[in-house]
Amino acid sequence: MTAGLWQNWVLPGIWITLQLLIASAALAAAVAFTVGTARTHRSRTVRFLAGFYTEVFRGTSALILMFWLFFVLPPLVGWQLVPMWAAILALGLSYGAYGAEIVRGALNAVPKAQREAGTALSFTPWQRLRLVLLPQAVPEMIPSFCNLLVELLKGTALVSLLGVGDVSFAAYLVRLATQESGGIYTVTLVVYFVIALVITRSMKALERRGKANLGVVAK
Amino acid sequence: MNWDWSAVADFMPRFWDGLLVTLQVLVLGSLISFSLGLVWALGFRARSRLVRWPVHAVTEFVRTTPLLVQLFFLFFVLPEWGVQFSALTTGTLAIGLHYSTYTAQVYRAGIDAVPAGQWEAAKALSLPRHRTWLTVILPQALRRIAPALGNYVIAMLKDTPLLAGISVLELLQQSRLESAATFQYTEPLTVIGVAFVLIAYPASLLVRTLERRLVH
Repeated sequence: MTAGLWQNWVLPGIWITLQLLIASAALAAAVAFTVGTARTHRSRTVRFLAGFYTEVFRGTSALILMFWLFFVLPPLVGWQLVPMWAAILALGLSYGAYGAEIVRGALNAVPKAQREAGTALSFTPWQRLRLVLLPQAVPEMIPSFCNLLVELLKGTALVSLLGVGDVSFAAYLVRLATQESGGIYTVTLVVYFVIALVITRSMKALERRGKANLGVVAK
Repeated sequence: MNWDWSAVADFMPRFWDGLLVTLQVLVLGSLISFSLGLVWALGFRARSRLVRWPVHAVTEFVRTTPLLVQLFFLFFVLPEWGVQFSALTTGTLAIGLHYSTYTAQVYRAGIDAVPAGQWEAAKALSLPRHRTWLTVILPQALRRIAPALGNYVIAMLKDTPLLAGISVLELLQQSRLESAATFQYTEPLTVIGVAFVLIAYPASLLVRTLERRLVH
């Protein structure tokens, strides 16, 4: 592989992959916390809607959702998403649904007495969530979120099928240019592996800090 | 918006063909991932570090890199090495290999959860090693891990559309062919999207029931 291919395609591809990862992770986190807390809401309608969202978006394939947003939505609403945005939306919405289950599980794992204590202090539901439940639930979520983030990173490779120039797409172009697959695909796999390694290491550190704040010693 | 039922009807023959291929990949991929996963899990417990370390490294690598890139890797690189498989075979192998690294973790957790007393009892009865595994440990471990394996079958189902990337004629590829022929994108894509929810949701309910029955 020549230096030109590396500079013009692979490096920008890695950058696009990182951008996709950050943007869709932000969207997924927003969806996860909104839908996840909605699933512990008092009103049955809110719980049902949140549950329905989770089941539909977890039920279908992220790739099909991506194609759907890209090809079906435009004639439906009359405007077209650029592939990058369709990709971020599809990844954020579907991985957010998985994240919602993590948030719900962690909120439910907070001892019931904590919830009652919040009520006894006549906190509003919002204060109870923000000051009592979430600070205890968030460190519990970190290991699962770490796995989900690695899954999301792997999910970003799907965007290459929409023609977004991420590192997988760069690999495809380099293969066409050089007529050799072994080298470039090995490099691509290693790139993903290294990004995943950085994610897992930093999430471990984050977990240790979160637990230390709660006075729990992490393993 | 204009939803055209006749486009749905036109798509149905291709839909059934695609569904058949999707299910075929799912069944064979599951078998590969279940058996290969067990091999990895036994590798994790090997006495020699020379076995344990490479098994950890390989499974960790396969697990944290994208299935799509692995698909392309196998599809383009195997022929360079002189191994020629059809797209369908390559896809099934890739998905089986990828998910075997997940099932390996499941097996490992299941085997670790078998109480230590069971190992000691087998030793006290001086059972040979293969009988300890086959008649004492694995039957107890498998009962606990069946639901978790079921969850990965559902996850695998949702990853089968990736095989469209190497032109396997599964559901997504069939819908792309239909759209390319008729310029109707809405109906085929929506039909297969709904089909995935209709298969995955009842399947996840089934796994949950299984979990209640077997684990608790």
